Amino acid sequence: MFSVILSTASRYLLPLLLIFSFFLLLRGHNEPGGGFVGGLVAAAAYALYFIANGVDEAEKLLKSEPIRLIAVGLVLAIVSTVPSLFAGNNFMTGQWMDTNFPLIGKIGTPLLFDVGVYFLVLGIALKIIFSLAEEDR
Amino acid sequence: MLNLIIIGFIASAAAPFIFKPLKKYFGWIAASFPLYLFIRFLSMYREVADGNIIKESVQWLPSLGINFSFLLDGLSLTFVLIITLIGMVVFLYAGAYMKDYDHTDRFYLYIGIFMTSMIGLVLSDNMITMFMFWELTSISSYLLIGFNHHKEKSRKLALQALLVTGGGGLALMAGLILLSQISGSLEISSLYNLNETIINAPSYKAIVILILIGAFTKSAQFPFHFWLPNAMEAPTPVSAYLHSATMVKAGIYLIARMNHALGGTELWQDTIVIAGTVTMLIAAILSFNQMDLKKLLAYSTLSVLGTLTMLLGIGSKLAIKAFFIYLVAHSLYKGTLFLVAGTLDHETGTRDVSRLSGLKKLMPITTITAALASFSMMGIIPLVGFIGKETVYSSILEIDYWGQLLIAIAVIANALVVMITILVGFKPFWGQNTPTPKNPHEAPVKMWFGPAVLAILGLLIGLFPDVVVGKLLDQSSFSILSEELGIKIKLWHGFNLVLVLSLVTLLLGIIFYMLRSKFLHITQNLRLIRILKPSEWYEFLLNGMMYVAKFQTKMFQNGYLRNYIIFILVTAISLASFALFKVRKDLSIAADFSITFYEAAIAAIIIISTFVVITSESRLKSIVAIGVVGFIMGIIFIIHSAPDLALTTFAIETLTVILFVLVLYKLPKFLKFSKTGSKIRDVIIASGVGLFMTLLVLYITSIDLASDLKKYYTETSVPGGKGRNVVNVILVDFRAFDTLGEITVLAIAALGVYALLKLKLDDKEE
Repeated sequence: MFSVILSTASRYLLPLLLIFSFFLLLRGHNEPGGGFVGGLVAAAAYALYFIANGVDEAEKLLKSEPIRLIAVGLVLAIVSTVPSLFAGNNFMTGQWMDTNFPLIGKIGTPLLFDVGVYFLVLGIALKIIFSLAEEDR
Repeated sequence: MLNLIIIGFIASAAAPFIFKPLKKYFGWIAASFPLYLFIRFLSMYREVADGNIIKESVQWLPSLGINFSFLLDGLSLTFVLIITLIGMVVFLYAGAYMKDYDHTDRFYLYIGIFMTSMIGLVLSDNMITMFMFWELTSISSYLLIGFNHHKEKSRKLALQALLVTGGGGLALMAGLILLSQISGSLEISSLYNLNETIINAPSYKAIVILILIGAFTKSAQFPFHFWLPNAMEAPTPVSAYLHSATMVKAGIYLIARMNHALGGTELWQDTIVIAGTVTMLIAAILSFNQMDLKKLLAYSTLSVLGTLTMLLGIGSKLAIKAFFIYLVAHSLYKGTLFLVAGTLDHETGTRDVSRLSGLKKLMPITTITAALASFSMMGIIPLVGFIGKETVYSSILEIDYWGQLLIAIAVIANALVVMITILVGFKPFWGQNTPTPKNPHEAPVKMWFGPAVLAILGLLIGLFPDVVVGKLLDQSSFSILSEELGIKIKLWHGFNLVLVLSLVTLLLGIIFYMLRSKFLHITQNLRLIRILKPSEWYEFLLNGMMYVAKFQTKMFQNGYLRNYIIFILVTAISLASFALFKVRKDLSIAADFSITFYEAAIAAIIIISTFVVITSESRLKSIVAIGVVGFIMGIIFIIHSAPDLALTTFAIETLTVILFVLVLYKLPKFLKFSKTGSKIRDVIIASGVGLFMTLLVLYITSIDLASDLKKYYTETSVPGGKGRNVVNVILVDFRAFDTLGEITVLAIAALGVYALLKLKLDDKEE
């Protein structure tokens, strides 16, 4: 069941939704949002694209195995714990840079951690969706 | 010492990467590493010999009392020197022996990890650190026994060794924890002078039993002995190193190390003596039928391990002296003989002792090496084995009551060991030459050099015992007994009863050897009743466990989602309502029952959607209705000002509906609905759960839940976590460690889903 309208719309919606998911991720520290919900929204964006254009197209667009995203997420989260050890603080104490960045705000290891959560959640959701979708073939 | 251990692990990990380009010389390169460690530790010899104890401690988890604390005294130095010296020989030997194996690089990785862990084990002063190294040796032993992993037998026997030693390891851990509760510290050195407190503690019996189970499984004492002969499935260098010279002595090391803390009671001493004596005798008897060179050596190793254990159990000064000499002697000659057996296997293509003879002219160096080691093993003057046996006998003769029985057992066991020695060390080399599967010639230098060094060392120690190991003996005995030994070590003790006993042993051994060929056809037909064999107990336990596992999996994991849900819900509400109604007297419902318009509307929508879910005849309709319930839940969160939760709920609900649709797509139409009986069951369970949850919520909201946490998080969120969204700050900063755990679980779950679906796909493709 192929719909031209949905397919065309999804091409424009996908980047918008991805930007939105990233926006959710970044604002999460001060306003509602965060890595978890950001990752879910990003996964929903890909899911929309996959419903409109089929799983092959969606996988091609992702350019990477969802499993890799999971690994990347986990590694980022773990890497974010390392600076606390070098600073001599307790494990996973947040380390912050002093400068304020526009849009993002302060940058620190909790943000990196949240980015890890984002990729991990995105990877897991996509892995499950794509695995189920591939069952047809 | 910690840095040496870290270097050890790094070097092991690097081994596979440098193996390929340097394949030809890798034996020499690999051997240089244990040599380096040997020299480093030898440089500490003088300090230890003067009676100093070298200590080192690096904090690891100080709040739990777990530290990388190491201690080098006479006992640990003796072990470390043995480990590194034989390690060097074995690493070099393996360079030639393992040439034709696949994945020799992995072999060096595993054996490197083993050597480092073994050094860590004997150096550790902290019980948990020691336990960690203890388990690492079991794991590396597992990997090495199962090195030929394409053979099912290898895998099975490797698992057997792992399960037996691993099970003992668990007992050991429990014992160590109990012990640390008495002393209040995890450092073994803190147990000095606490002997009286410990043996009077109520948990003393449990401690002794648990720790001895750990030691006996590791050192293959009866009734846990069966894994050791089976471990001969490993490549020969592994057998020589782990299963003869080092790892199997870890249990004995533990007993020696714990002796000053736990020793002195009948329970401790007698259990050890009995276990050791039984092992010594049974192993020697069981060797009678063996034909395989390695099996013969394995049983003689068992017998010696039994002797060493027995000596520790006797615990007199003379016995400790005998223990030390025998330990050193055995490591030297048994390592050598194992490697000789490997050489024979390598050169002739068989390990069957009946097919080997007359190799003397073809392999002269190996013949001499084997003879030297064999003389030591048989206890012939002037080798170190002679001093060992003499001291063992004289320490047994000291015992008043049971001494005569023990000495008889010891003589018979040792005579059988003499028989094994003749079979392994002499028979293959002397007499008529017989054809073998391969054409034998002298082994390459990598394979004869090391064993020859060990054999000559055995001779040197025999000739000049006091010079070479006298100081180590003094300090080791001090570590075990906490008192000065005051006995000098020397080769010749004069003509006395002990010398007579030594001669009797030799003669008896030769007689056994000559009788063996005549009686073999009778004894080989003898079968022990199955129930008497501990290996059968192991099989029985293992099969029983598999049976229970299968049974319970079939019962709980039956593949019906509805049954899982029933199990989970019924269990949860039965347990929780039991707890709830037990404390009900203190509870009252004081909720606010006023209802706003929004709440009424939400409740109505939920009820209607739920009704649609259970009555609908189309799956799609049900799923959409479930989705509605989910989104309405999100709205409830919004009303109660939890925007983060609402956002996440919306996203989750969206994805859930998509997932459902994907699955649904493949399901057949509703063909039949539940029967009336199961409908009634479901109604009862569902209403029960609903009722219970309602009550629970009402009770909970009636309790004053004021806590400081809420205030704390709200106040510290911006200064501490640099964020105004308290929920997010909790997730990624305050309680980030929990989140880290959760996302790890998520990642594993995703892999699980992937594996399940992939498995199904592969099935289909076939």
